[in-house]
Amino acid sequence: MSIKTEKSTPTPGFDPVRRKFLSAVAAAAGVALAPGVMLYGITKSNSAAARVSGSAVSSNVRWGMLIDLNRCDSGCDDCVTACSKENGLQGHGRPATDAQWIRKVDVTNPQTGASQSLPMMCQHCADPPCVDVCPTGASFKRADGIVLVNKHTCIGCRYCMMACPYKARSFIHESLEDQKPHAPRGKGTVESCTLCVHRVDAGGQPACVEACSDTGGGAMLFGDLKDPDSEISQRVAKYATQQIRADLGLDPGVRYRNL
Amino acid sequence: MKRIIYSEIKGRSPQFYALAAILLVFVLTALASAFYMEHSGHYVTGMNNQVVWGMPHVFAIFLIVAASGALNVASIGTVFGKTIYKPLGRLSGLLAIALLLGGLVVLVLDLGRPDRLIVAMTNYNLKSIFTWNIFLYVGFMVIVAAYLWLQMERRMNRFAKSAGMLAFLWRLILTTGTGSIFGFLVAREAYDSAIMAPLFIAMSFSFGLAVYILVLLAACRGSERDIGDKVVNKLGRLLGIFAALVLYFTAIQHLTNLYAAEHIGVEKFILLDGGIYTLLFWVGQVIVGGIIPMVLVFRASGDVSRNAILASTLVIIGGFAQVYVIVIGGQAYPLELFPGMEVSSSFNDGVIASYAPSLPEIGLGLGGVALTGLITLFGMKLLRFLPASLANATIDPHHSVTAKSS
Repeated sequence: MSIKTEKSTPTPGFDPVRRKFLSAVAAAAGVALAPGVMLYGITKSNSAAARVSGSAVSSNVRWGMLIDLNRCDSGCDDCVTACSKENGLQGHGRPATDAQWIRKVDVTNPQTGASQSLPMMCQHCADPPCVDVCPTGASFKRADGIVLVNKHTCIGCRYCMMACPYKARSFIHESLEDQKPHAPRGKGTVESCTLCVHRVDAGGQPACVEACSDTGGGAMLFGDLKDPDSEISQRVAKYATQQIRADLGLDPGVRYRNL
Repeated sequence: MKRIIYSEIKGRSPQFYALAAILLVFVLTALASAFYMEHSGHYVTGMNNQVVWGMPHVFAIFLIVAASGALNVASIGTVFGKTIYKPLGRLSGLLAIALLLGGLVVLVLDLGRPDRLIVAMTNYNLKSIFTWNIFLYVGFMVIVAAYLWLQMERRMNRFAKSAGMLAFLWRLILTTGTGSIFGFLVAREAYDSAIMAPLFIAMSFSFGLAVYILVLLAACRGSERDIGDKVVNKLGRLLGIFAALVLYFTAIQHLTNLYAAEHIGVEKFILLDGGIYTLLFWVGQVIVGGIIPMVLVFRASGDVSRNAILASTLVIIGGFAQVYVIVIGGQAYPLELFPGMEVSSSFNDGVIASYAPSLPEIGLGLGGVALTGLITLFGMKLLRFLPASLANATIDPHHSVTAKSS
């Protein structure tokens, strides 16, 4: 009985060890949480379209691109350079095996000689054949329409490369160095344009689109095809646009104008 | 028909061990090749971003297709009740499993990440024909193993027919799956056709039987067993029919494509000006792998065994040529990004892709063949797969009847 009374009585002093421990825990928690709070703040302030970290991708959004070929110069490859820089793609002087996420394609009509140049990359199809054929489900489409490869479950079978009508995918044929933390890659797996998903999730635009408007012809427009008020939706509604190999019925998210 | 007695091969001769040692060297070379390719990355192979499936796939597909075909001999015996084929059934099952394992090992070791095989076995995308094939391959081995056991265990013989029927249906579905890997590729001019499935089934009949004939004759000669002309003649003529079937489906495939103006480009490439692919098609597949074997088994006189061996060898050579043209030739022809237009880029758009098989790829492929050989060899040594005699009098009821009456 006497022992019980003693325990319930508050001690007049305090335990310095315990207090020190609690402060350390509080500080550590603060340090751990701060970037998240900061990121939340930044993304929130940058754009209304940014996805809140940790929240699910919404199918109310469909990211897409509209490329105006009248503004795309055949000599310009700023989009390609920007993509390589952003995602850390380095050539090894072996064009047949080096990865290319975006490339410039010159198209010529053999009967008339008329020629055009256009950027070609993963077309982020609504019904992507690469996703259909992938045995492990590593090729997948996010709810917002971005087609990606899960680098942890890709076994490097390359069936997606056989299935893609756009030749948009590359197989990583060698060991990699100096990777970008936001664009992880892996030898022996397949990869392609991610639509700069790390930028898009933070409310930004793909690097190619940014480069095209900064130093190129401003031919590329990125936006939400499901938002009727977005610039891309309005332009797609107003002007005739084309999808490449539309006959295949894959409904690519990348559209071209003046093709 | 006399009761068929099966026995193990002795497998104690210097020739046996020499053959086993040679096969083992090839298997080890394949493992070293695979390690080299995975360690350095696939840039050391002939493969690239245009031709993503190379020589290992040619070997793997040939072996997998032949695997289902090798089982036909057993099916003809049990499912269709042809007595003369019954003694041949056990070896047929063994060879089917051995060929499939050989092919699958090559396929797996050619993956970008073979270490992730466990991922492929635990993550399934059921919309993918590849995933279906994983189930079909594993199921095939289980069913054929059970079928073999039912054939070999006397008390269970009565179930062998049902198992044989299941195995036969399963193998048809399996080869349909293998052919559909190509048939379902909507964007590739050379594939994208329902005919790929029956074509692959015809190929499996032909390649599988050719391998079977060679292994049977080699095993009988190596273990000094009688093998009569009757059974060899029968198998040889059947091979001729299967070779004709392959030519028929090939002809329909190309004729249909030629009729559609949009496919003229790829047809011209394969049939007319595709260089190595055109050569392999006409000389390799059609003449060496089709017409000559048919002439040999239907028309040629002389030693029946010699003709069958030659015909089978040519069917196998022609088969490799055919698979090479399908797999590599089909990829070498560029994707039609803009039908009717000319395209060019830094990524080889619009140009015929080049591919030259590298030594490690060939080494890996040959290792798969050697593994098939090793499994078959030791299978025959350990269990009773091979009939003690296939002499005319042993296997043919009519022959023995005639012999008795005379």
